[in-house]
Amino acid sequence: MPLPTPFHPRTSELNHNLDWKDWGGYFAANSYDVVNDFEYYAFRHSAGLVDVTPLFKYRVTGNDASLFLSRLIVKDISKLKLNQATYCCWCDDRGMVIDDGTVMRFGENEYFVTAADPSYSWFSRLIKKLDVHIEDLTDTHCALALQGPTSRDILKNMCNADLDSLKFFWTTSANGDGFEFKISRTGYTGDLGYELWAKNEDALKLFDAVWSAGQNYNIRMSGIAALDIARIEAGLVMNGVDYHSALHALTPAQMSTPYELGLGWTVNLEREPFMGQKALKAENKNGSRWGTVGIDINWPDLEALFKKHGLPPHTDPGAWRHSVPIYDRDDLSKQIGYATSGTWSPALKKNIAMATLEIDYVKPGTEVNFEVMVEHHRETVRAIVGKPQFFNPERKRSILNK
Amino acid sequence: MSKKYDAIIIGGGHNGLINAAYLAKAGKEVLVLEKRHVLGGAAVSEEIFPGFTFSVCSYVVSLFRPHIIRELNLAKHGYDIIPMDASFQPLPDDDYGLCRWGDGSRSRREIARFSKKDSEVYGEFSKVMTHMAKLAKEVIDHPAPDVASINPKELASLLRMGKVFKNLGPEMLQMNTKLLTMSSADFLDLWFESEVLKGPMAVSGIIGTFLGVRSPGTAYVLLHHYMGELDGAFRSWGFSKGGTGGVSDACASAAKSFGAEIRTNVNVAHVKIKNGKATGVVLANGDEIDSKIVVSNLDPNRTYLKMIGEDNLSPNITTEIKRFKMRGSSGKVNFALSGVPNFCKKREGLDHMKGDIAVVPNVDYVEKAYDQAKYGEFSERPYINIVVPSLTDPTLAPPGKHVMSCFVQYAPFDIKEGAEHWPKLAEKFGDAVQNTIKEYVPDIDSLVEHRQVVTPWDLQETFGLTEGNIFQGELTLEQLLFQRPISGYAKYKTPIDNLWMSGSGTHPGGGIMGSGGELSAKSILKERVI
Repeated sequence: MPLPTPFHPRTSELNHNLDWKDWGGYFAANSYDVVNDFEYYAFRHSAGLVDVTPLFKYRVTGNDASLFLSRLIVKDISKLKLNQATYCCWCDDRGMVIDDGTVMRFGENEYFVTAADPSYSWFSRLIKKLDVHIEDLTDTHCALALQGPTSRDILKNMCNADLDSLKFFWTTSANGDGFEFKISRTGYTGDLGYELWAKNEDALKLFDAVWSAGQNYNIRMSGIAALDIARIEAGLVMNGVDYHSALHALTPAQMSTPYELGLGWTVNLEREPFMGQKALKAENKNGSRWGTVGIDINWPDLEALFKKHGLPPHTDPGAWRHSVPIYDRDDLSKQIGYATSGTWSPALKKNIAMATLEIDYVKPGTEVNFEVMVEHHRETVRAIVGKPQFFNPERKRSILNK
Repeated sequence: MSKKYDAIIIGGGHNGLINAAYLAKAGKEVLVLEKRHVLGGAAVSEEIFPGFTFSVCSYVVSLFRPHIIRELNLAKHGYDIIPMDASFQPLPDDDYGLCRWGDGSRSRREIARFSKKDSEVYGEFSKVMTHMAKLAKEVIDHPAPDVASINPKELASLLRMGKVFKNLGPEMLQMNTKLLTMSSADFLDLWFESEVLKGPMAVSGIIGTFLGVRSPGTAYVLLHHYMGELDGAFRSWGFSKGGTGGVSDACASAAKSFGAEIRTNVNVAHVKIKNGKATGVVLANGDEIDSKIVVSNLDPNRTYLKMIGEDNLSPNITTEIKRFKMRGSSGKVNFALSGVPNFCKKREGLDHMKGDIAVVPNVDYVEKAYDQAKYGEFSERPYINIVVPSLTDPTLAPPGKHVMSCFVQYAPFDIKEGAEHWPKLAEKFGDAVQNTIKEYVPDIDSLVEHRQVVTPWDLQETFGLTEGNIFQGELTLEQLLFQRPISGYAKYKTPIDNLWMSGSGTHPGGGIMGSGGELSAKSILKERVI
């Protein structure tokens, strides 16, 4: 029985589709309308507002908070500057990813961590004798993601923060009309966008302020379905979809390392010990088993297959999240990996997917075969391997006040 | 007696009926003889009080092997299990209690009231148990290989099992060793800190054994009960529609459809043995029925000492079988109620009442209950596992009324007054149970219309379970696999040629699984003895 988030009085009124799903024990809108394309387009052309309260949220404080997080996370968190944020992941001692999330530094000894899974127990196990206190804010704090080209203008109209100079992956405190909140220039759409963090008691004030300021900027409520399309275009992996947490995986084959997930850039290897360091050093030296790529699925091939059945080409509306086999270019009996999620990309007009491939096949430009079902027949079409990030507009990082 | 059967099965419990069904399906002439007027043995539904139908003994189903359902087409014969969603633990000082649900996030929040860490570890624990149960299933779905044998077939079977273990990986192998050797309380301590949460989890390790949650070896029984929760296709525990007798009825119906003959109210005195070979059965009235083989679905004690008789056994075997631990440790109290016995009025609705309700507020509580039992008393404050199946299956009681079934541990068979004094103590025992429940349901006395107390003595005298052991022998490591019931005769055979066994006293053991009946029948057919 999922719980309503503090925004539920507003989101339920705006949800004309009664399409809710369970996200971490909360009701989350999957879509707000039967035709929900516009919820995606808002991210790319105006601003989409997503209730992301169900994210697991922790405040980490204490004299050893920096040391603690640097031991826990593959990135050297002690390097994070005040008000800076970073995307990162954390591993078990085999170097297998447990979860990914965002860390923000709100004080010399105060951090804010978001995670996809409940993480209190895992974090607590690593405190040992350090002076660290972990407070679970998941049920006491709420969050909204405001993503899209007009998101900055909307926020400027509802709070006092200096958004023109706030850089990508930085945070700031803000005051609305009678309430305080935090803004981080972060998100899950790969676009210009912000996430807003507040106490539950300020939820409706925050919501109303954003919603009303957004009216001149075509703000829309966006659901998880729309968010999924945007995050696949942006090449952002998802715990439980594109990989499985090492704490939940049933076999070693279900686990992944940061390198295998394309998150090698978040690993700071040469430093004081951290969870998974030894294994990751070995992998860095010896190479990985798998790689995560984006694949561009050949459209003319697909058109031809449909034509064979006298049909126009067709793709699923929205994003999909299931495993699809991928085969060698020349040998259809040789499976070399699998796609984990994909979508028709409205921004690129391409059929794209995120995939896990054997390491020999991850070089951009490699041609592979992607399995498709056309009119109940199993077929394959060609696909080209590339980086997972298909969409990366300049506005994502742009600053107005240089 | 003119007709000669291929096989006579003594005892119409679910395993006996399954055995009969498999043999009949293979075209054999099969006769099942049941002493009581109803079929099912301990998996039986009876209308004890007018309008109130009880699962008198065994009361929930989950371990039943899915392939038996498919192979015997049991769904067509009425096999129907309604899953249970909740597992509720009422608490005396906390009137909200702890409820675990199918909804993982909901359970996490419930557990977090007692320990935030435990609430998150719960999922990790389930993962490990999934692995372990996967292994256990490999073991339970085949006859147990004999480690002492050099027969190539046995070695091949051992090798197959070894492979399963090897594929587990070192981490899980270590876990398996812990599971086989530790106490259920110690095993849970590896994961959890909340004594409240550990209470209902730990008791899974002692059900049907005369051991405490801190007795080494009980962790295995915990796994035995966990398997049902984790079966991919049949993941949860459930109620059999119409009571657990529904399972037996389906098995009987399947057996009959394949041509088996089933007779009730027939008391077998002993197996007819000629020159060390079973040739049929002798009834209590002196009649004899001949058959090529006899299958005893009775427990090892009754099979060896009553059906075969000491005269036909070597002294070593007699000694060994007498040492096979039966030690009943539990009883049942069944209530006919005029209304819902709400164990937690603070909670909205009755969903928390629709699964099992475990009266075990913490680990110490159940260990203290065991302390009393060790010295021959029933527990004044016992562990009680309660179900009110009429909330889920309203056909069991008149409209608005309910049946409440209470599994109670400890009730030692060897009570200090002497086991035969149990009938005199029965109502006192029933009072202890009712008074315990009263701590959670203050108005229970006014709800009770009728009460049936089933003591370990009744389990022995009425249901034929020696010493009232619900598993036909404890599920402790030394009584499992190739040592169930005794080494050398663990493959459903006995020292008497043509006399086979099929009950819970054989590998893999108790619960409504059906494996004993199935594996025994398949072994018989494989050896082409009929």
